[in-house]
Amino acid sequence: MDFRDTPEEAAFRAEVRAWLEANGQKRSRPDEVFGEGLDEAARLAAAKAWQAKKAAAGYAAITWPKAAGGRGGTAMQQVIYQQEEAAFVVPGMIFEISIGMGLPTVMTWAAPELKARFLRPGLAGEEIWCQLFSEPGAGSDTGGVRTRAVREGDEWVVNGQKVWTSGAHFCDYGILLTRTDWDKPKQEGLTMFIVDMKAPGVEVRPIHQMSGDSEFNEVFFTDVRIPDAYRLGPECGGWKVMLSTLMQERLSVGGNLPTDLHAHLIALARKCAWDARPAIEDDRVRARIADAYLQQKGVELVIARGLTAISKGKAPGPEMSITKLVAAKAMQDIAAFALELAGPEGLIGYEALGGDWRYMQRLWLGAPGARIAGGTDEILKNVIAERVLGLPGEIRTDRKVPFRELEHG
Amino acid sequence: MNFDFSDDQRLLQDAVRTMLADTSTSQAVREVLEGRASHSEAVWRNLIEMGAAAAAIPEQYGGAGLGYLELCLVAEEAGRHLVAVPLSSSFYLAAEAILRAGSEAQKQHWLPKIAGGELVATAALGSRERYRAPAPLAFEGATLTGTSPALVDGGIAGLAVLRVADELVLVDLAGAGVSRTPVPTLDPTRPLTALHFDHTPAERLPAAEAATVAARVLDGAAVLLAFEQVGGAARILEATRDYSLERKAFGRQIGSFQALKHKMAEIYTAIELARVHAYYGAWALSSDAPELPKAAAAARVSATRAYVVAAEEGIELHGGIGFTWEMDCHLHYRRARHLGQLIGSEHAWRARLADELIKEAA
Repeated sequence: MDFRDTPEEAAFRAEVRAWLEANGQKRSRPDEVFGEGLDEAARLAAAKAWQAKKAAAGYAAITWPKAAGGRGGTAMQQVIYQQEEAAFVVPGMIFEISIGMGLPTVMTWAAPELKARFLRPGLAGEEIWCQLFSEPGAGSDTGGVRTRAVREGDEWVVNGQKVWTSGAHFCDYGILLTRTDWDKPKQEGLTMFIVDMKAPGVEVRPIHQMSGDSEFNEVFFTDVRIPDAYRLGPECGGWKVMLSTLMQERLSVGGNLPTDLHAHLIALARKCAWDARPAIEDDRVRARIADAYLQQKGVELVIARGLTAISKGKAPGPEMSITKLVAAKAMQDIAAFALELAGPEGLIGYEALGGDWRYMQRLWLGAPGARIAGGTDEILKNVIAERVLGLPGEIRTDRKVPFRELEHG
Repeated sequence: MNFDFSDDQRLLQDAVRTMLADTSTSQAVREVLEGRASHSEAVWRNLIEMGAAAAAIPEQYGGAGLGYLELCLVAEEAGRHLVAVPLSSSFYLAAEAILRAGSEAQKQHWLPKIAGGELVATAALGSRERYRAPAPLAFEGATLTGTSPALVDGGIAGLAVLRVADELVLVDLAGAGVSRTPVPTLDPTRPLTALHFDHTPAERLPAAEAATVAARVLDGAAVLLAFEQVGGAARILEATRDYSLERKAFGRQIGSFQALKHKMAEIYTAIELARVHAYYGAWALSSDAPELPKAAAAARVSATRAYVVAAEEGIELHGGIGFTWEMDCHLHYRRARHLGQLIGSEHAWRARLADELIKEAA
């Protein structure tokens, strides 16, 4: 057991650090974000430029095979890159779906000519991908999708609606889950496609979230035509394609709990008073700082165990579901406590209260979504109970019923 | 980075597990629980003979010279099987204190006796919390007088390491003026004894800073106890899962009810978080890393919480049967409390973790 870098890992870290220092911009304060002060178009252009540089240097997809445009590196190298990049101001969520979900699905399921067409521009950030699974009537129950694809010769005609689509307003392509057979049970009548987000009949409407942001969208499809060559996996094989994508998502969402939240709490607690003493001296405050560390470091270490399994040629199991479960709730609890430190004044928005509060206030507003995205807490607890502990599955009355006969809420 | 134990280390763990499954049975633990034995003699003999108990004592002092990582895995199995032996007293605390603070002569005299099991040692190194009067012991250079109120394994120990004010004191319990009073305890599988001293010959452990040595020994003990706690928590969760698959109510296995499934998923999550903190602590302990105080406190807090939650909810999920003397649920409930307070409470260790984090952020 050793947490230090091996000589190979240390060499890779040095190489990455040198490249980042030559090409990136170091963070000047902990909560500095990419493209502050730029409008969305300018921020997007800057993000694409960064991604192109990163891809050219071979850091866009470290673990991918070289034939697919990757580096053929190890999962550990990927983590080392992320650890080093964390000190720099880089685009946040823009390419995550492309590289974490869209392109891996293309790589696994698409025909060779499509891979040649899509992988390189995707990695270089020239094209951005979104993921179109959820619907108003199918969130956690993904098998309930009703967006319809009907075959007409060499094309499919798609009608329906998707929701919670991150970044759809700036995306070029998406992976789209549709229903192609209404007489089969729900999970057996689904088919996955690549969809051109600029095609006629695709309409994207932003969703105004509780945080005030609009990261997500509704996407409407009206007689959108997709060539059959853009099908991913077999007809009615969409469920399996989707599962391969979602396993990637749970791992990547789980890895998103920052590792410095306790340091933010400490910084804020030094500035606030509790019973007319610095809050940092109060035992209740100190206890919460310790708990924040326990959760975020715990998530980091669970991921480290998963990576060790990968590096030994074993697959990390469904037990990795705990990372998302713990991370999202921890984010909510830690941020709420940070806001409480300021008492009634903690309700004043950071625009007026001070930039120190931006990070925790935004975290607090985003946390409810994090607990839902990628599987709600309740779904993840079922996954742990059933797939890790071997407890009986939920009673399902819809398993064998043709989809068209199911009741829809 | 390699965040896992080696195959050889796992082999030792398997051997200990097999031995304990045969010898540290529910019946054997109950011999101690019900006062018919002071400890599980056969388990103790086997752990000594396998070199498992003395894994972290160097060979020059009669130990197996393996290391702390091995001892951590032994501890995990000890926790799983609720061992009723002086493993923590002799090996996590007393031997460690002598190893780190003793003179060469003290080490050569005492450590081989502890490693070979001919002597049980116990220790009280202090904690943040205190109930009884603050100075019940007095050490005057050559003799010790007063009472140490609640020593685990004090009834069978031949040697004690005690923190007296700013000193660590070594007392041969075969010496003059020693008397013992058994005290009732909430976990009778680990009996407590009050030791009384009346001008009993004693000697210092000569390390310069008693507080520093005590903190270091307690950090190591926190990591090792965390493995016992994780082992115990994982075992009670398994037993509870198995019971929930057997027991039926309202025409279904009770383990199919989502309220129970979610509770078990939450226990599992708490255990896995504690497990990774314990692993991190094991690494810090075995490599003497500067992260040790932080990693040990994190392991201590999360493992205490995980075992307490698993033990409490284990009884709850068993329903009425879980509250009976015949079931083993209460053995875990008691042991979780024992391990959780043995070297100071979860809250005291959380405060220590906060101290470390704030110091680091300064």
